[in-house]
Amino acid sequence: MNFFHFMLQNHEQVLELTLEHLWLVGVSTLLAVVVGIPLGIVSAHWPVWNKPVLGTANIIQTIPSLALFGFLLPVPWLGDRADRLAILALTLYALLPVIRNTYTGIRGVDPAVVEAGRGMGLTPGQLLFQVELPLALSVILSGVRVAVVVSVGLATIAAAIGAGGLGEFIFRGLAMVNNQLILAGAIPAAILALSADFSLGWLEKRLRPR
Amino acid sequence: MERTSANSPEIEFRDVAYVLPNGQPLLSGLNLEVQRGETLVLLGRSGSGKTTTLKLVNRLLTPTGGEVWVNGTPTAATDVIGLRRSIGYVIQDAGLFPHYTVERNIGLVPRIEGWTTERIHLRVAELMQLVGLEANLAKRYPHQLSGGQRQRVGVARALAADPAILLMDEPFGALDALTRDQLQREFLSLQQRLGKTVVFVTHDLREALRLGSRIALMESGKLVTILSPHEFLRSTEPLAAAYVQAFGDGLDSAANRGMS
Repeated sequence: MNFFHFMLQNHEQVLELTLEHLWLVGVSTLLAVVVGIPLGIVSAHWPVWNKPVLGTANIIQTIPSLALFGFLLPVPWLGDRADRLAILALTLYALLPVIRNTYTGIRGVDPAVVEAGRGMGLTPGQLLFQVELPLALSVILSGVRVAVVVSVGLATIAAAIGAGGLGEFIFRGLAMVNNQLILAGAIPAAILALSADFSLGWLEKRLRPR
Repeated sequence: MERTSANSPEIEFRDVAYVLPNGQPLLSGLNLEVQRGETLVLLGRSGSGKTTTLKLVNRLLTPTGGEVWVNGTPTAATDVIGLRRSIGYVIQDAGLFPHYTVERNIGLVPRIEGWTTERIHLRVAELMQLVGLEANLAKRYPHQLSGGQRQRVGVARALAADPAILLMDEPFGALDALTRDQLQREFLSLQQRLGKTVVFVTHDLREALRLGSRIALMESGKLVTILSPHEFLRSTEPLAAAYVQAFGDGLDSAANRGMS
């Protein structure tokens, strides 16, 4: 078959672009987790923050990705390197599911359990790290899973600003009206998304509290 | 600061009021003394303020008026974390941590108090025996236990750091009649051995008569009266009488401890 032939012939480039793709998704997800989980905790514990935080994340989500890439292009330092910019944009998109699920997960912890913990003299920090976060973990992880799957797809668009990744095949294929090239980008991206979905889903199930 | 003498009350409410932030009063003008080693039962229907009263003791709620004194010190002047760790707290459905084993649930307060692993282990084994839990349940999770077993774990967890005071909020309310009966009996024999100061919340008169050395009857955020079980049965106070009538015959035998 022609397509497999193409993949074999260009396996080095396919691998390189896949790794680039993983880099973009991996770093942006990590950043989204580092920023989003604390924001989710804050909005779960202090209801005043709930609306502004989730509202902002929601608004970001509605900006078309290509437009966001374009907006960020003239920003100094960021615009210097396309991958920086792509990572920031992907992080912004990944924030909403992470924040929302952290919020939902913590709010979903049985109030009786939290109250028992407080009543026994756990400090707020102990309560957070030993009770709330462990019990919310599977819900938080399901937010991360959504973020990763969305990011894998969005990251293909990052090629439009020269950030690399599997989108390069897709854009090149579109320009050259070459379906094989498009597939060479789309199929590995789909496989990445599916395997991330599957493995994180498995982890999520294992961590679900009984 | 007033120091404790042998017969000063362990817990004292001095004209305590509690009003919700939205202005709704839950408790007003509450004066109450709990003596060392007694079991004071707070009896009343839902919304009478009995759980609120309980939570004021370990400062899960802070009084909006008056003072609560525990062990000779106003709770407002006590470090709240230390206060709570020195008071055992048992709630309905036990409130066990679902992601912790039985062993870890019971050993929670000792662990955060920095006991050695060995000491915690010994203490947990001792407590499990004390509350009648088989040693082989130590590694189980709460969802693998029966309701009665969970409640035993809840009691063991509250006793872990050997607190002088035990707060119990309808601990046996969700159990079937047989298990409840058994746990009440065990509570009595446990209490005879340990002599804790217990504040026990219930809406069940039978339970109140059986377990309490005194019964504090509450209604609409006020203390109606405090009576011993025997006095309660003969009380002419309308609400107390209504309770006795509602629970019907055979209550005399329930009040088996009287003034003990």
